[in-house]
Amino acid sequence: MKRALPAIALHALLVVGALLTLAPLLWMVSASFMPTGQANTFPPPLLPSRPTLEHYFDLFTRLNLARTFANSVVVTLGITLSSLVVNSMAGYAFAKLRFRGRDAIFRVLVAAMVIPAQVGMMPLFLMVKGLGLVNTPWGVMIPGLAGVFGIFMIRQFALSIPDELLDAARIDGASEFRIYWTVVLPVLRPILVTMATFSVLSAWNDFMWPLIVLSDDRRYTLPVALASLVGEHVQDTELMMAGSVLTVLPVLIVFLVMQRSYVRGVLMGSVKG
Amino acid sequence: MSALTTERRQQRAAWGFLAPALILIAVFFFVPVIAGLVMSFTDYDVYAIGAPDTIRFMGLRNYQQVLADPEFWHALRNTLYFVVVGGPLSVLASLSAALLVNAKIARWKGLFRTIYFTPVVTTMVAVAIVFRYLLHPRYGLVNEGLTLLHLKPIDWLGDPHWSMPAIVLLAVWKNFGYNMLIFIAGLQGIPEELYEAAELDGAGAGARFVHVTLPALAPTFLFVGVMTMIGQFQIFAEPYVMTQGGPLRSTVSVVMLMYEQGFRWWRMGYASAIAFVLFVIMLIATLIQMRLQGEGRRP
Amino acid sequence: MTLRATARARVRATVAFAVAALAVAALAAGCAARGGGTTLRFWAMGREGEVVQQLMPAFEREHPGVHVIVQQIPWTAAHEKLITAYVGRSTPDVSQLGNTWVPEFTALHAIEPLRPWLASSTTLDSTKFFHGIWDTNVIDGAPMGVPWYVDTRLLFYRRDVLRAAGYDSMPQSWAEWKQALRAMKRVVGPGKFAIFLPTNEWNPPIIFGLQAGSPILKDDGTRAAFRDSAFRAGFDFYMSLFRENLAPSVSGNEIANVYQEFARRYFNAYITGPWQLGEFRNRLPDSLQGAWATSPLPGPTGAASGVSLAGGSSLVLFRASRAKPEAWALIEYLARPDVQLEFWRLSGDLPGRLEAWRDTALTHDPNTRAFGVQLERVVPTPKVPEWEEIANRLQDYVERAVRGTATPDVVLAQLSVEVDRLLEKRRWLHGRALAAGSVR
Repeated sequence: MKRALPAIALHALLVVGALLTLAPLLWMVSASFMPTGQANTFPPPLLPSRPTLEHYFDLFTRLNLARTFANSVVVTLGITLSSLVVNSMAGYAFAKLRFRGRDAIFRVLVAAMVIPAQVGMMPLFLMVKGLGLVNTPWGVMIPGLAGVFGIFMIRQFALSIPDELLDAARIDGASEFRIYWTVVLPVLRPILVTMATFSVLSAWNDFMWPLIVLSDDRRYTLPVALASLVGEHVQDTELMMAGSVLTVLPVLIVFLVMQRSYVRGVLMGSVKG
Repeated sequence: MSALTTERRQQRAAWGFLAPALILIAVFFFVPVIAGLVMSFTDYDVYAIGAPDTIRFMGLRNYQQVLADPEFWHALRNTLYFVVVGGPLSVLASLSAALLVNAKIARWKGLFRTIYFTPVVTTMVAVAIVFRYLLHPRYGLVNEGLTLLHLKPIDWLGDPHWSMPAIVLLAVWKNFGYNMLIFIAGLQGIPEELYEAAELDGAGAGARFVHVTLPALAPTFLFVGVMTMIGQFQIFAEPYVMTQGGPLRSTVSVVMLMYEQGFRWWRMGYASAIAFVLFVIMLIATLIQMRLQGEGRRP
Repeated sequence: MTLRATARARVRATVAFAVAALAVAALAAGCAARGGGTTLRFWAMGREGEVVQQLMPAFEREHPGVHVIVQQIPWTAAHEKLITAYVGRSTPDVSQLGNTWVPEFTALHAIEPLRPWLASSTTLDSTKFFHGIWDTNVIDGAPMGVPWYVDTRLLFYRRDVLRAAGYDSMPQSWAEWKQALRAMKRVVGPGKFAIFLPTNEWNPPIIFGLQAGSPILKDDGTRAAFRDSAFRAGFDFYMSLFRENLAPSVSGNEIANVYQEFARRYFNAYITGPWQLGEFRNRLPDSLQGAWATSPLPGPTGAASGVSLAGGSSLVLFRASRAKPEAWALIEYLARPDVQLEFWRLSGDLPGRLEAWRDTALTHDPNTRAFGVQLERVVPTPKVPEWEEIANRLQDYVERAVRGTATPDVVLAQLSVEVDRLLEKRRWLHGRALAAGSVR
């Protein structure tokens, strides 16, 4: 029995930890099904007394969150597609193509990772205004269309492509782009999947820049709409929880499906310390 | 095909591969950053939006004003509280979770790892709203929990002394899973032989932890520490959604101050100066941390 | 890559494509719902945004071919969203604008000067509205907005407690008022207070300053006047209410339910606005419905000096609108006495149109009538674009004085320095305009 004690204690801690971690999310879901006003009673309830979908209906009818959901989808897909295409080409080039200035330019890009995004936000806003893209999905997507982090990660992965493979294709007379398309991309698929997952999560959850750029509630993305709703509807706990569930569910699903790939990406970005 | 022509072909092709990314990054990142620096030397504000001829060159006056502004120091103090208190707490939570999940006798590792990581992928605005309700002095589950433990309920978001801890709580909950993964990888990289050697030397579990695990994790600590700190300096969504910077401006962060000055009062020149001051502070803090943690570990 | 992984990836891609297609379809559907004729976009805030939608069908019937889309914006984000819209060239045609924001949007050249429209209007001119309210919309002599609904602050109080303290009606001079408050406090006993002045509201100290004759900002709105004797007199009066324990040193956030506390006599007077008429009726217990009343604010030297804030919202026309005649028609419509009364019935917001006040619905209730009296003596806050920011700063500093973390001298001195700094650009522009001879 003494030998089992550490195991029991350990698992007890793990379970308690898991409950504490999941508790806010579980309550969020539970409260979203509570009838109006139940969440603001004392003592605080854990489960709905009479589960109802009325808040979800409210979100889609009165508050038109379907439109907001669509906005989030559009922006997320746009950013993900763009950054995948653009970053993977650049990442591959930095890894495997020989050209003058390659290492110098790459070093400049890596150094730029130190600069926080906020530093350029005001001029970027004015630039987006000049392009007439304030309050549009393009305006929201602009800072995310390409990124140094993505280039860095893809380059890291692409370094492992054997040069012989590429040289063989070159000897066969294939153009660089054809080599990229037919030989390199299939090899890059795992990292592309990982970067796509990162990008989807990060674009869906982005708050500050969409908050700055969007002023029309028809164009809000989900995080901005939520923040706006909580200003007017702070007493409507159950409604806000339904909104939160709607926002969190898609990324949670994407994460659970793409877990392995995502975790691999997290570790890849950190392994060298 | 000669080596020279393949060289030239790669050179030409490379620019085709790089152009989209480099142009996008140059135009939408580098140019704004430089413009931000220039803007920080002007008094671009709401008058300037309507009439650009009212922009004045200010030299370093914006920076002087930032450093003389009590609101800035208050915001910096709040942000540093978050970094200095929240940082170690976050690292501690991550390390503890990693040790638990990675333990040899632990089962269902994958499940627990996934559960602990779940908060990381959630949308910050959504969970900040959830926490706002959880931390309600009367109807919130957190105070209900405290009462069950025979502790006094706390007015988390109404008491200026507890508002920042509330935000720390949210941030630790949300992010500990991320660093946990990195710690697990670090732990798994420690060779078994080191532990066996220590055991042979008569070291107990505690001593093994202090003398084998911790030193071996030093680079991981440094990485996790620096990355976490950089993220924490930029905190914005939590105070914006949970407390609007209150009560009594006790949760205003530097980035939130920048947002207010830049996009609420439209003092963009001044806000740019705040952003650059933050940047410099972050650089210095990073260098300090790297020096401290680097030196401490060198034999 | 394994077969299963490939299949999974393919499923993912298909799902993603389907979602994208749905999203595009949703957007297309949303955009397609537009017929012929003119569409007006009208932004309204908070509850007014919810309520004003109900007035639109009647307008559309009177103006066939015009369709109005009302967008509701929360107050907390309205200021940012309006300016972002202006900067992004996506302003609506008509918008509600808190009247303290009119100077700012004038400085931005975002809104249309209304003199030509007023000149050719058969139904609107400056005499049709409360003088102080109309004044808030006049910037440098040019009318820039039309008053929509008005807001001012006056005293809500426990009439039963006042009577128990030996008074038939609320005194109208500061000295007597304070005596009455002291008496009320004695009636309700220890642990309770006479009046609630939330420490996170800038209105009471500004009101007292205005009553004492302070311009709040001097030199044509380019310098802070907080250290001048007039403002100081008002501020000292404000502080004395806390020092004598007549008011609790708490912010609005610390009072969970104002109505409960008023009902249980935790405080017995409250300087607040017209929306509370409805709230007090709805949220106070029926037994107390005869126990509360409103009174115009007392002033330093009696009723006439008891001025209050000329608050409320205006309707403005954006310069970038492409349907200005129709937009002006909407403004005229919303300013019509019968529509103003209807809006009041729906929202509880008091009409700015004088003719509407002749309706018995408004004059019948003495509590509402008190607002009509107060509106005859209201004063605008300084009409500078920086006012919103200044009011915010004031709030922070005043809170410090009330809570005792700094003395009033220090607070007012620091606030003056701060506000002078905020006004620096305005001073510079003003100096430049003076030099160029374009300012009288």
